[in-house]
Amino acid sequence: MKMNGARMMLECLKKEGIDTIFGYPGGTVINLYDALFDCKEIHHILPRHEQAGTHAADGYARATGKVGVVIATSGPGATNTVTGIATAYMDSIPMVIITGQVPTPLIGNDAFQEVDIIGITRPCTKHSFLIRDVKDIAVTMKKAFYIARSGRPGPVLVDFPKDVQMAQGEFHYPETVEIRAYKPNLSGHPRQVEKAVAMILDSRRPVMYVGGGAVLSDAAEPLTTLARKLSLPVTTTLMGLGSFPESDELSLGMLGMHGAYCANMAMSHSDLIIAVGARFDDRVTGKLSTFAPHAKIIHIDVDPTSIKKNVRVDLPIVGDVKDVLLKMIKQADKHKEKLTEFVAALTPWLADISAWKDKHPIGYKQSSTVIKPQFVIQKLRELSDEDAIISTDVGQHQMWTAQFFQFNKPRTLLTSGGLGTMGYGLPAAMGAQAAFPKRQIISICGDGGVQMNIQEMATLVQNRLPVKIVILNNNFLGMVRQWQELFFDKRYSSTCMELPINYIKLADAYGAKGFLATKPGDVESVIKQGFSEKGPVIMEFMIAREEKVLPMVPAGASLNEMVLNA
Amino acid sequence: MQHTISVIVENDFGVLSRVATLFSGRGFNIDSLSVAPTNEEGLSRMTIVTRGDDQILEQINKQLNKLIDVLKVLDFSDGSAIERELALIKVAAEDDARAEVLRVVDIFRAKIIDVTPKSYTIEATGNPLKIDGILELLRPLGLKEVVRTGAVAIGRGAKGWNG
Repeated sequence: MKMNGARMMLECLKKEGIDTIFGYPGGTVINLYDALFDCKEIHHILPRHEQAGTHAADGYARATGKVGVVIATSGPGATNTVTGIATAYMDSIPMVIITGQVPTPLIGNDAFQEVDIIGITRPCTKHSFLIRDVKDIAVTMKKAFYIARSGRPGPVLVDFPKDVQMAQGEFHYPETVEIRAYKPNLSGHPRQVEKAVAMILDSRRPVMYVGGGAVLSDAAEPLTTLARKLSLPVTTTLMGLGSFPESDELSLGMLGMHGAYCANMAMSHSDLIIAVGARFDDRVTGKLSTFAPHAKIIHIDVDPTSIKKNVRVDLPIVGDVKDVLLKMIKQADKHKEKLTEFVAALTPWLADISAWKDKHPIGYKQSSTVIKPQFVIQKLRELSDEDAIISTDVGQHQMWTAQFFQFNKPRTLLTSGGLGTMGYGLPAAMGAQAAFPKRQIISICGDGGVQMNIQEMATLVQNRLPVKIVILNNNFLGMVRQWQELFFDKRYSSTCMELPINYIKLADAYGAKGFLATKPGDVESVIKQGFSEKGPVIMEFMIAREEKVLPMVPAGASLNEMVLNA
Repeated sequence: MQHTISVIVENDFGVLSRVATLFSGRGFNIDSLSVAPTNEEGLSRMTIVTRGDDQILEQINKQLNKLIDVLKVLDFSDGSAIERELALIKVAAEDDARAEVLRVVDIFRAKIIDVTPKSYTIEATGNPLKIDGILELLRPLGLKEVVRTGAVAIGRGAKGWNG
């Protein structure tokens, strides 16, 4: 069928099963938007900023497991997507970014709104393409989606010049795609799996350390099965939260800088760490030279570059986490008798862990006069739906959410773990709500980050996306303030926001509802009021201003040197 | 320690900058780099001379393999390859020095490819260490310009890189 390049692009999206996209029009995508005008199958959401559109596509992808799609025009539209792309790249989120580009004869001439977006995004994309000919659109898009979602997922940028959008051509979408230099190894090697299970059965103090890879490969079920079968304690990274139910006895919660005492102690005393789709990030390991000194390490990851990047590994298994875990379950079942012995021999280890749990549980001091942020998070858990999706920004509220919300299901926490992007939470929640109009989507923010993409209130109201925005307001950039308090002699350089914002009026200005809680007694009623509203809502909680995130492993210290009270 | 790596890449738009970005972004060193098409249509070969300990080398190998356009990474750090480099050297040559230059050229089996009353231009090929050697001998005579291609490497034996 003959059509123009713009129309072809939409046909490609349909062929990939894309029904929701985010995007912002402009001069070099005007043809694409003209084609979109007649396209009934694709629901387009117009954010108020391209960065937010990109985060929304990211939130959509994290919540659904599908590829998120965002469109931006050339030049400033494209550069505005960069933070969103880098955020997705660091957390391995499948995304396709379509940017308009000036017509091919003008490329390189410093034309109006021209920028080398492929060059700018090269270090933060999994791959990128410039489409130079209308004949190449279909095969390029097939490759782009395949690369974005396969192996270790990631963002793929497609630069789409205006003259190619206008050119006429014959559309034929390929059924399959072959990229000879790109063949991710998904299947874990059976010999390595055998060795891994043998190592586990020989261990006496094992810990599973689970990262975002377990969520990305939808491995929550086999992970839970394996852990329960072998009585393996499980700690997760921020990105891994939800892959193993935190309500389970075997859960140690999150580890690392603001992780649980029991999780960090377990890592420090373990004789075998089974790393599952995690990458030994510095926020997790603390000081590398003293990290897990007694442990052998099994590392399961689809990306070979993650293995032995930061720590030595005794047994690498390259493969899709889900595939490897399923194979490990089968392998473990072959050793029924040894398995019973092994589980019995774990008793002292599980007792140690239980003692660490009791000694320093994650907690806080309740107050009758000021609202404690941790209390708000606990109340949110108590009053929200079982399958509610939570997004966060970055900072104190993010850590409190990780510590106190208790995540039991995968893909229920959307947070920027790797890049640590402020302004991520609200648009990401918007993307999740677009994917699941009926589910409860809660965006937990601080008063710093929420202002970085607050304009998306308009998008929420316009598109009837009833996101519940929670602002934990301490009128500080709290995490930096906390570091200044602890390590810079309380010199609060530029961390006080000074001007208080009336968020209730702000909600009203956008046509949403706002509710304010100033004392502990208000918390429950504000949450209930907020949740009962049909549309988007801001719930603002004036929290204890100098509350800190604890416990804490100071930067550069060992995992077992936690500051418990400061 | 120095290592020589050959990288077989799709001869696609931007592949050189992808490799270069990878090295600069991750703080890996490039001592030399040469790129040209191969005998197979659509494929180019890069020879990269780099430095680092085993762990860095392993990361470089893996990170290169991870690039979508990279078909194969060959690590020749174990001496399993023959390396050659070409250098064009312009050296001052007047009076007695003219004879000395010719002697050095002869010893290193290099060639004079341009002559003026005040200079010789020399073409030298060989193992990079040999190039270092001739430059060392010519330096006292007055090097005016040195152009080196960087090493290229090919595996020993009957087999090609893909069998």
